[in-house]
Order: sequence, then C-alpha cells, then structure tokens
Amino acid sequence: MSSNAGTRPFVDFDQVWLAYNDELQAKGQYAVEDISLQVTEGEFIAIVGPSGCGKSTFMKLATGLRMPSRGTIRIDGAPVTGPLKISGMSFQAPSLLPWRSTIDNVLLPLEIVEPHRTQFKARRAEYRERAQQLLRSVGLAGYEDKLPHQLSGGMQQRASICRALIHEPKMLLLDEPFGALDAFTREELWCTLRDLWTARRFNVILVTHDLRESVFLADTVYVMSKSPGRFAARRHIDLPRPRDLELTYTAAFTDIVHELRGHIGAIRQTSAAAAP
Amino acid sequence: MNSKLRERWAPVLTAAALLAVWQLGCSLFSIADYIFPSPLTIVQAMREFAGPIAEAAWKTFWVTMLGFAIAIVVGVLLGFLVGSSRLAYAALYPLLIGFNAVPKAALVPILIVWFGIGLGPGILTAFLISFFPITVNIATGLATLEPELEDVLRVLGAKRWDVLVKVGLPRSMPYFYASLKVAITLAFVGTVLAEMTAGDSGIGYLMQTAGSQQRMPLAFAGLVAIGVMAMTMYELFSVIEKRTTGWAHRGTQGG
Repeated sequence: MSSNAGTRPFVDFDQVWLAYNDELQAKGQYAVEDISLQVTEGEFIAIVGPSGCGKSTFMKLATGLRMPSRGTIRIDGAPVTGPLKISGMSFQAPSLLPWRSTIDNVLLPLEIVEPHRTQFKARRAEYRERAQQLLRSVGLAGYEDKLPHQLSGGMQQRASICRALIHEPKMLLLDEPFGALDAFTREELWCTLRDLWTARRFNVILVTHDLRESVFLADTVYVMSKSPGRFAARRHIDLPRPRDLELTYTAAFTDIVHELRGHIGAIRQTSAAAAP
Repeated sequence: MNSKLRERWAPVLTAAALLAVWQLGCSLFSIADYIFPSPLTIVQAMREFAGPIAEAAWKTFWVTMLGFAIAIVVGVLLGFLVGSSRLAYAALYPLLIGFNAVPKAALVPILIVWFGIGLGPGILTAFLISFFPITVNIATGLATLEPELEDVLRVLGAKRWDVLVKVGLPRSMPYFYASLKVAITLAFVGTVLAEMTAGDSGIGYLMQTAGSQQRMPLAFAGLVAIGVMAMTMYELFSVIEKRTTGWAHRGTQGG
C-alpha cells in the first residue's frame, strides 16, 4: 500500500478499528473500519467522503483524543497513548473566544501547552511577536486588537488556523475548515493554506467533502466510504507544485476530480444496493 | 420627535399617563384613601413620613444586600459545580428544581422558629429566593461549550480546570449578570416577605403595620420605596453587565 517504502512514515495507521463504546463494539458497529495509511513527514493528505463517513472520527484518532478499539497508531515513530501536543486543530466553526482580541485568541494555546505555559509571562513579548508574524502571513496584519465579531467569516477562519499553528505543531488537522465560506473566500484561503504549508512543511490532514479542494491542496487523497467508514480509494496527486488557482481549470485537474467523483458515486451505489 | 427620542421617553410617558388616570379615577369617584389612595395622597404620606420610611428602607436595603451577597457566593459555587460535572448535575439538579418550586413564604415560619424575630429570617429568605437563577445561569454558561473548542484545547493537554477558567467562566459571565438582574428583584421580595411575617423593622414591617391600621397611603408609600430600590439595583447591574460583557451583545460570529 505504501508508496513511501524506505522512509519511516510520520503517521502510521495499522488496521485501525474504532467503535465509540463497548455496546456498539459488541454489535459490530464501528465508526471506522480497517483503516491503514502511511504518511511521510511533511506530506499533505486529504480525506474526502460523504457526511457521516467517519472523517471526523479519523481526526480524533490521529490526535490521540480517541484510542482505537483495534489496531495501532504510531505518530512520529511513537505509539499514540493520549492527546498529541504536536498537533494543531481547526474546524468548520472558527470557535474563537468572543471576548478575546484576535491576537489573544491566537495566543490561547501557548497559555495551555507546555513548555510555553510556564514561560508565558516571561516570554510574552516574544510570543506576541510570533503571533503577529503569523497573522501577517495570513493577511490579518492590523487586525490584532479587533474582536472576533469585527472580522468577516473568512478572517475568523484565518485567525482560527493561526491559533492552530501558534505552538508550531508538526501536524495540522483541519476538519472542513472552509465549509462555511463562500466560494471566492474559500479559494483565497486555499492559497493561504498552501503558502503556510509551503513555508513551514508541517504535516496536514485535511478532512473535506470538496473534491476540488482536496486535489488542489493535497499530495495524496483518500476517499472514504460511509458506514462502514473505510478507505475506498487512495489517489496520489502528481500535479506539479507550486500550484496556482489557474490549475483548477486545466484538463489534468478536472480529470482527477472526475475520477475521484467516480469513486464517491460508486460508494453511494453500493451502499444503496446494500440497504434493505 | 424622532423615533429614538420617542423610545427613550416612552416609559416616562406611560408612567405619567398611568398616574394621571389613577389620580383622576380616585378624584372622580371620590374613593376613600383607606381603600385605594390616590398618587397625591401617597406623595403626601411619603413627605409626612419621610424619616421613618427612609429608616425602614435602609434596613430593608442592607438586609437584602446581605442575603443577596450570600446568594451570589452560594449560587456561583453551586452553578460551577453543577455546570462543570455531569455527576454533580445528575445528583443536584432535580433537588434544586424541587427546592425552587417550594413557595418561600412557606419557609418563613420555619425560619422564625430557628432564628427568632429579627434579621435572620429576612437575610435567609432573600438568599433562598434569589440564589436559584444565579445557579442555573452559571451552570448553563459552563455547559454550553463548543465540543470543537474543547478538542482544540484538550489536544494541547488542557485539563478540565484550564478549560473552565479560560473558556467556561468568561463565557458564563453574560449569563451571570443577566441572572443578577433577576435575582436582586427576587431578593427584595424575599426580605419584604420575611419582614411582613416576622419583622420588627423594615419596609415590610412598616407596610404590615400601616395596613393593619388602615393607613393605606403609608402602605403604598412603602411599596413605592421598595420599587425604587429594586429598579435602581436592576439598572446598576444592567450598566455593569454592559460595561463588562459588551462582546456578548454585539452581533455573533460567522458573519
């Protein structure tokens, strides 16, 4: 399965199954089934699939917020035993704290995660500088002291991604981060994310149901099926980088999107056929 | 007059109209003062008994404030407990609901047996009647935490306490201030209730005595005093609320 033989995978899922509780497990109802994947360091992967197919469950597994019922997960060489501080998360809802200014929202993780937590007071100026730089890099310079409600939806989402990156995680997990935005803002944010990733080369796991988004951003796209939540297809995206929005209008790009759409369609049909 | 100005003066005009109708009705049908006093006689009584009313009002005020202070402390602690722990919620919430449904007037005689005539029953009734909304609001504020945000913080190694202090408590502040506005008016009700049954001073006692002597203008003057105090405190908490939690009143996220 792995095309990266030789290098140690950064994320390694080996036949992972998860049932949300013992009762469901006894009935054999798993949220995700038999998930295996290997991701190399710095790789950008996307997981696409219909709603409710276990994409978000996958995120919880990859961050150590949930332990698998069966199988093993190794991240950065070590088995996952609890919440992984080397990860940053961002979701469809920006979930910024409405009483904190943009920069204080971005700084929140540093008030929590060690070792920054104990150094927070002493290194405050340095951290603020870091947050400012990050905000500048996503085009939010000058909005540091604004409250979230004074920002547009796209700006809030940018700030939310900055918050996920402030402690310089090795792995960024995004759960439909652009799902609530209009099409133009969404494409703008694709480019923001692309630039951040190009500059810092952290691992990205992007969960989305937007096929174009996954093909434009990712190195590898996994298509997930619904109940059972399994990987139905894996597609390496060999489009050259750096990628430009123009690329999304080329035949090569649309062909891949079309091909992936075919997998989703196939899943839909089989699950419809399986239904009583 | 533009609409904003009209809106500002609307409550004053309504009150004035009400008073006018009241006065007119009393004069036209020459209703006796000992049955239903007119606004003018009430004002007269207020001037005549300004000293005793002020003294009684002051007494009622600080008894209420003592009870209210206890209500804030107990209400916040209970709310914190119920809102932050599912077990505490399951264990305490039904009891709290049951307790809240008990008419507090029924408790006053019991409190008199325990604490005698005087300040004790007043303070306790004010407390008992007003802590519940505070508890419920704090608990609601803590419990309505977005699961995504909790994940974001938990993955960084945040303990429950971190999430409560950084997110839960600030989030519940608007609920807290809103509950204070409700609770303070209830606290006045509690104090007056106790004073009427078991007091030897305060507005409740004054009204009770005036009523039994058929001095209705004085009883009504007591009502006015209590109303003014409650309204003033309500407005005070309103102002504090707007100053400290302004973020909660300006639009929502996602716009």
